[in-house]
Amino acid sequence: MNNFFEKTDLIRKDAENIVSETLHKCDDGELYLENTKNESIVLDDNKIKGSNYSTDLGYGFRAVTGEVIAYSHSNEISKESLKRSRENLQITLKSKKGSYNHSISKTNKKFYKDINPLEEKSLNSKLEILREINNYIRSKGSIVRQVTANFMGEHKDIEIIRSGGEILKDIRPLVRFNVSVILEKNGKQETGVYGVGGRQSYDEYLNNYNWKKVCDEAFRIAAVNLDSKPAPAGEMKVVLGPGWPAILIHEAIGHGLEGDFNRKKTSAFHNLMGEKVASEDVTIVDDGTLQNRRGSLNIDDEGTPTEKTVLIENGILKNYMQDRLNARLMNTRSTGSGRRESYKHVVLPRMRNTMMLNGKYSQDEMIASVDKGIFAVSFGGGQVDITSGKFVFNCTEAYEIINGKIGSPIKGATLIGDGPSILKKVSLVGNNMMLDPGIGTCGKSGQGVPVGVAQPSILIDKMTVGGTQI
Amino acid sequence: MIKNQDFLEKIAAFCIDKSKKRGATNSNVYVSNSISETVNFRNRQLDESDRSDSLALSLTIYINKKKSNISSSNLSKENLEKLIEKCIETTKITPEDELNSLPDKNLLAKDIKDLNLYDEKNYDNDKKIEYLNEVEESVFKKEKIINSESSFSEKKSNFILANSDGFLKGYKTSSFSAFCVAVSKSNGSMERDYEYTNKCHLEDMMKSSKLGEIAAKKAINKLNPKKIKSTKIPIIFDKRLSKGILNVLSSAIFASSISRNTSFLKDKLNTEIFNRDINITDKPDILKGLGSKPFDTEGVQSNELNIVEDGILKNYLIDTYYGKKLNLQSNGRAGGTTNLFFENGNLDFKELLKSNNKILYVTETIGHGSNIVTGDYSVGASGFLVENGEFLYPVNEITIAGNFKQIFKNITLANDLEFKYSTNAPTALLEGLTVAGK
Repeated sequence: MNNFFEKTDLIRKDAENIVSETLHKCDDGELYLENTKNESIVLDDNKIKGSNYSTDLGYGFRAVTGEVIAYSHSNEISKESLKRSRENLQITLKSKKGSYNHSISKTNKKFYKDINPLEEKSLNSKLEILREINNYIRSKGSIVRQVTANFMGEHKDIEIIRSGGEILKDIRPLVRFNVSVILEKNGKQETGVYGVGGRQSYDEYLNNYNWKKVCDEAFRIAAVNLDSKPAPAGEMKVVLGPGWPAILIHEAIGHGLEGDFNRKKTSAFHNLMGEKVASEDVTIVDDGTLQNRRGSLNIDDEGTPTEKTVLIENGILKNYMQDRLNARLMNTRSTGSGRRESYKHVVLPRMRNTMMLNGKYSQDEMIASVDKGIFAVSFGGGQVDITSGKFVFNCTEAYEIINGKIGSPIKGATLIGDGPSILKKVSLVGNNMMLDPGIGTCGKSGQGVPVGVAQPSILIDKMTVGGTQI
Repeated sequence: MIKNQDFLEKIAAFCIDKSKKRGATNSNVYVSNSISETVNFRNRQLDESDRSDSLALSLTIYINKKKSNISSSNLSKENLEKLIEKCIETTKITPEDELNSLPDKNLLAKDIKDLNLYDEKNYDNDKKIEYLNEVEESVFKKEKIINSESSFSEKKSNFILANSDGFLKGYKTSSFSAFCVAVSKSNGSMERDYEYTNKCHLEDMMKSSKLGEIAAKKAINKLNPKKIKSTKIPIIFDKRLSKGILNVLSSAIFASSISRNTSFLKDKLNTEIFNRDINITDKPDILKGLGSKPFDTEGVQSNELNIVEDGILKNYLIDTYYGKKLNLQSNGRAGGTTNLFFENGNLDFKELLKSNNKILYVTETIGHGSNIVTGDYSVGASGFLVENGEFLYPVNEITIAGNFKQIFKNITLANDLEFKYSTNAPTALLEGLTVAGK
């Protein structure tokens, strides 16, 4: 555990006093301390492209009164710096008065181990695996034109000091291992990308030659795309495969159910609480408590224990995801969804692991029911316009479906839909729910946080496919 | 106040010196400090204030042809010594790479022109609040506006770049920016749009009332959109989007993409990639320019570069490492382009609108649908249907798709270039794309 007050003129008692003096007339707030270590080791173009190691230590001091947030952060942990931050907060909140809410629940539950993944595996053994990966993929034939593989590891140590001296802590390991392959055949080049990760040591994901499976998958996706034909354009039926395609749920529904957009009434969902927003077979939860998952947290970045929040139950909208500020202003409780990218960022209500739960149909039944449509297996990124509700995501592996059978692979295309109405168009929900491989990062207001998604296969009756063939 | 040059120079010199003593044959260090203050408004009320004070250091150590990098925000000598030690150890076990080296000494920037990138004025919180009040007053003057968020940021930065060949330079920059996001509502339709201004100097910012007025007008114009049928139709990219074509081009002509064989423009140097009317320039020395920089992130002098001349690709964007791989000299583009722009076309905006009977005028795209390896393009879009030069109605929930190899050859530019971002383009007509809708 890091001692944030070890090498500074700021002693813990003084810090606690400054926090209490500053916040006791505010509604909420805290001093958030963070120490992050990151590493990145990249193999590319047959070479190790150097290694990067970074450390970032700093604090963010937040005061909240009414709807107003005052925030000041610095990477200089010192008495002078913290006092300067206090002045900044006081200037903003000078005429406002609140009463500090001391209540915050406590937890002893741990959803990941207290390990440092950067130190659990030596640099030499990481370099060795990267070299083996390069040789392994390139041995698959001369069509391999480029191999990129990388290790990314993080060890984040946080401490939250609230008014009155209450202290909450967490240590968060996070790793990701990624492989990208470019193949060329008959003058055509295509890319395949695959990765794995979560809040455990690298070896949990790579042992027993598991890294070969990651390589094989990246190679397979690129090979499929080499044979792809131009994608169709227009509205049609879409079957989504299980697992990672659940970023559809994340973009189309998830963001629209974050508390801030609903308090501000800018979400297309803000007046739909308790209403039927999906077909009856659809249940969606956001769960921060899954063991070792990328989107899991012991406590959120305000100190609230995470939980499994039911968002949509049998088609009915049940809950939004809340941080403390939005919960207070909407007269509800925090769901442990208050997150920030780092001490440099303010807390926002965010997703953790967003999942659509199982229904009763098999994927084969879904595909057999489609005369003309597409089967989308893997995706790149997605994006949503919260206000209009329109969202997109990009297929990286997809096939046409003709007369109930899977046909040729099609080129990557963007799919576009309308968030509030898409779930009503989900006509079949599969029985094969799968978690994603642990690679997702969600962006909001310029802040990236690690998230997870999961879903079974689903059939959507109508979506617009953004290909080139009319 | 941001740290002065002296403070940053001392830290840089300390790192270069310590690295050498510990066994580095070469080193390169970047030290920076920035302070930014932001005030956010929502529905005519103060919503948030944010002050950020950030120090950062990035050090690259070379031991002959081995290299590794560390970065940190903790600049205490004790921490730096520890990190340098770690970096030396890591470098020793990192494999050699023949191409690793500092830039050629002769290419390093010598005399630096003052490009007027720093305005020392301080616009305090009360002034920012006053500006935002005026923004939001003008937003809510418009009917159908139900929500507004606006923000004012002031940022001052300073940095030093140094290497073991004696390079040691840096300078201060400032940035004043504001945006306004307006949400409109009518007949069950809700839309959002924005306007934005960003300048090095306070006095050059857009007037507050104009900022709000434009955001409101744009959000209202988008109300009650229709979805159109799938079709092949000429498309106009609003200036917000036409600059994106240059971002695709620059990603595809970085020496890294070319040498790694991962660009749809490989082997296209000195060939026609655009139609003959197209000229593209990257100009680093525009006074007060948002992308202006006298040297790149390695210290190599950046000079004006003709990227595309009469449709022909004349230059890649080259740094030291990938330049060596291509046997080309760095042209000072490590870290990216500077002020990159399409030169004006011949038509004025109205003429461009009338150039076809039916045009889809696109104001916003969503998604990350540009594939630099293949040139394939597919994104979600919204905008307006234009007939005979008149805006008919807003359009939403459609996609546009094509391939940049063809798109580049079918661009017609208007003559309305302005320098609002670091990368800029006039309004552009694109032909040969497919619209997917109903």
